[in-house]
Amino acid sequence: MSEPQADFEPKIVAFLCKWCSSAGSDLAGVSRIQYPANATPITIPCTGAVSPMYILSAFNKGADGVLVSGCHIGDCHYIEGNYLARRKMHLTMELLKFIGLEPNRFRMSWVSAAEGAKFAQVVTEFVDDVRKLGPQDKLRKVVSQ
Amino acid sequence: MSKKRTGVFVCHCGTNIAATVDVARVAKEMADENTVAFTQEYVYMCSEPGQESVVQAIKDNKLDSVVVTCCSPNLHEKTFRDNAKRAGINNFTCEIANIREQCSWVHADKAKGTEKAIKISRSIVRRVNRNNPLEAIAVPVTKRAMVIGGGIAGIQAALDIANAGIEVILVEKQATIGGRMLQLSETFPTLDCSQCVLSPKMVEVNRHPNIRLMTYSEVQEVGGSVGNFRVKVLKKPTFVDPDKCKICDHCTAVCPQVVPNEYELNLNARRAIYIPYAQAIPASFTLDIDACLGLNPVVCGKCKDVCEAGAIDYDMQPQTVTEDVGAIVVATGFDLYGQENMYEMGGGKVEDVLDGLQFERLISASGATHGHILRPSDHKEPKDVVFIQCVGSRDPAKHCAYCSKICCMYTAKHARLYKKHVPDGRAYVFYIDIRSGGKGYEEFVQRTMEDDDTLYLRGRVSKLYRKGEKIKVMGTDTLTGQNVEIDADMVVLALAMVPSQGTVDIAKTLKIGRDKDGFLAEAHPKLRPVESVTGGIYLAGAAQAPKDIPETVAQAGAAAAKVIALLSQATLNRSPLIAKVRPSHCTGCGMCVEACPFIAIRLENGKAIVNEALCEGCGSCSATCLRAAIDVKNVTQLQIHEMIEACLA
Repeated sequence: MSEPQADFEPKIVAFLCKWCSSAGSDLAGVSRIQYPANATPITIPCTGAVSPMYILSAFNKGADGVLVSGCHIGDCHYIEGNYLARRKMHLTMELLKFIGLEPNRFRMSWVSAAEGAKFAQVVTEFVDDVRKLGPQDKLRKVVSQ
Repeated sequence: MSKKRTGVFVCHCGTNIAATVDVARVAKEMADENTVAFTQEYVYMCSEPGQESVVQAIKDNKLDSVVVTCCSPNLHEKTFRDNAKRAGINNFTCEIANIREQCSWVHADKAKGTEKAIKISRSIVRRVNRNNPLEAIAVPVTKRAMVIGGGIAGIQAALDIANAGIEVILVEKQATIGGRMLQLSETFPTLDCSQCVLSPKMVEVNRHPNIRLMTYSEVQEVGGSVGNFRVKVLKKPTFVDPDKCKICDHCTAVCPQVVPNEYELNLNARRAIYIPYAQAIPASFTLDIDACLGLNPVVCGKCKDVCEAGAIDYDMQPQTVTEDVGAIVVATGFDLYGQENMYEMGGGKVEDVLDGLQFERLISASGATHGHILRPSDHKEPKDVVFIQCVGSRDPAKHCAYCSKICCMYTAKHARLYKKHVPDGRAYVFYIDIRSGGKGYEEFVQRTMEDDDTLYLRGRVSKLYRKGEKIKVMGTDTLTGQNVEIDADMVVLALAMVPSQGTVDIAKTLKIGRDKDGFLAEAHPKLRPVESVTGGIYLAGAAQAPKDIPETVAQAGAAAAKVIALLSQATLNRSPLIAKVRPSHCTGCGMCVEACPFIAIRLENGKAIVNEALCEGCGSCSATCLRAAIDVKNVTQLQIHEMIEACLA
């Protein structure tokens, strides 16, 4: 594990489901709750739509961390999409660990539309954790000059 | 595919975006994108000139797609898609990049905020690059509504919808409609009798040709979407045929089983066979199966023996009914925060400490004491009564953070009614401050203080306990700086309003969100206060937030108006963002069939087929497809990969 790097700004991709976590991030905005700008959101219909390929693709394209956030278990707008996501993301985590990636670079969280403060907290903690790990180069595609 | 001509419109939102995001730089960076043919910034893109400029720019520059970088798509996606359509291009080629809620409002550092805004905008530009023109799917509308909850909110909503000529199914969990309002004695600020105002409406509901009343029933399952919901309702058996029951009361006279009466807040008891109130609708007795000796003529059977009308039927079975409706109004009401949570107020264990609703039943002519104010413990008239406001409310450290809104008013009402019943009694009110916003409300409180000689003490109560016949109330008067001790005969707690258990349950069943306090969440706090986040489901009454009767009635009327507007349309537009199979890539492995929560995919001749009527567009199928053979339209795997790339550039 790398030493904490104060000047390192991690690049994070955050997959947010449209119904809960994206709406939760909107509420954080409306409530003006500040959090680090490192996570760039991609809104998808449901966490169930997040393919493990997206996670690998993000690391491959240079992400230092990937966050997937959806509705609380039992509250999925599509009945069971987040159950499917939970299973898939668990396997993805196992795969990433097998490859040798630090588990703290990948996180799944449940943030409802009413949890603006929680959304800000999840991002803040995740950015802190990834910052401690330094740049991710295990899965980064190196383009030779 | 010929190259797209995308227009990017960067909104300043006054200074909401422009203060923390360098909007000019966002526009400049977007102009460098390969597919962007036009960029523009404007101070308020959603204003009339802003919208006009978008339409004009699309026409002048022959744009075929649009990205507006502004606020959340929940606010203005429709606005700008409508403008795209007005300018003659397909509305689904317009997308929103949210750089306000997700960026400018949450990042004070302008350099970092600008970088993130560029990434968000670029990712949406890349997405739009592969958006296809789509047409909304027209679906027929079921012209029937369901109202869940038969309190004043549900009653008002049902009547308003029914009077517009639309059939309404009103579902109520209890044996009678009327809800909390039926338990109240008088209402502020006019002190008119609650039941006298409500009963005619209840009768109207029962007689209305367009209203089908389902009491003692619970919603179990809801499927479908706006315009076409399918609802399963469980009709619990009452074991009494309401059409035959003559409410002669002979059955209660012989019933040997006595249980606490929940309709009287346990101030008295009822039999296993009972009618909640004399005014109950439907006017029929109900046999409480949990309290009954067991519907077994060998064991008891007394009620059936005395019923001359032959209304009692021990063989009545629970029924599950499936109803198709186009819209749903949720009006499931509130409960009081339990006394057991208030340790400093005796935790519900001190005798003669009542909650507000119990006091309502105590002063109600139809209540346990027939309107005489008597202490439950010894049936003596209390001469010193302490009313405590904000019990559980406005206490973020231990209880509910919010103000329950109606307690200042009903406590003033309670004090006045008490003084009317017991003119030589003394009423004390502990308060934090008085919130009496509303027509005639402030005057009402002033009259309670001045004319009725009620002692208002500004401060909180730290402790109360029983001392012999009296209840020792220890509080503070912050205006004199003195501690106050009162030997009270009765204490009435204005407990916080919390969402009812039914509200908690129905939110899960309907999959509609709740706010941080547990009340049903409205789609927008200011602009869409009666809509839930789910299309076709509307909110009314205290299930959404604490409110008084006039506000509840107003909200119920508003919800009804929304339902009427929705169901007046011949067809509704459904999102066309649903799954699509690329047969050339499909190997017929069937993983998407397994993943689909809506059973919308089947295999036919070794290829997956999507049932477009059932698909909701969640994308679970695409995430399992190893060959990217199935995708949600305009949210394809390729689009997501390109968006990821844009976020990391």
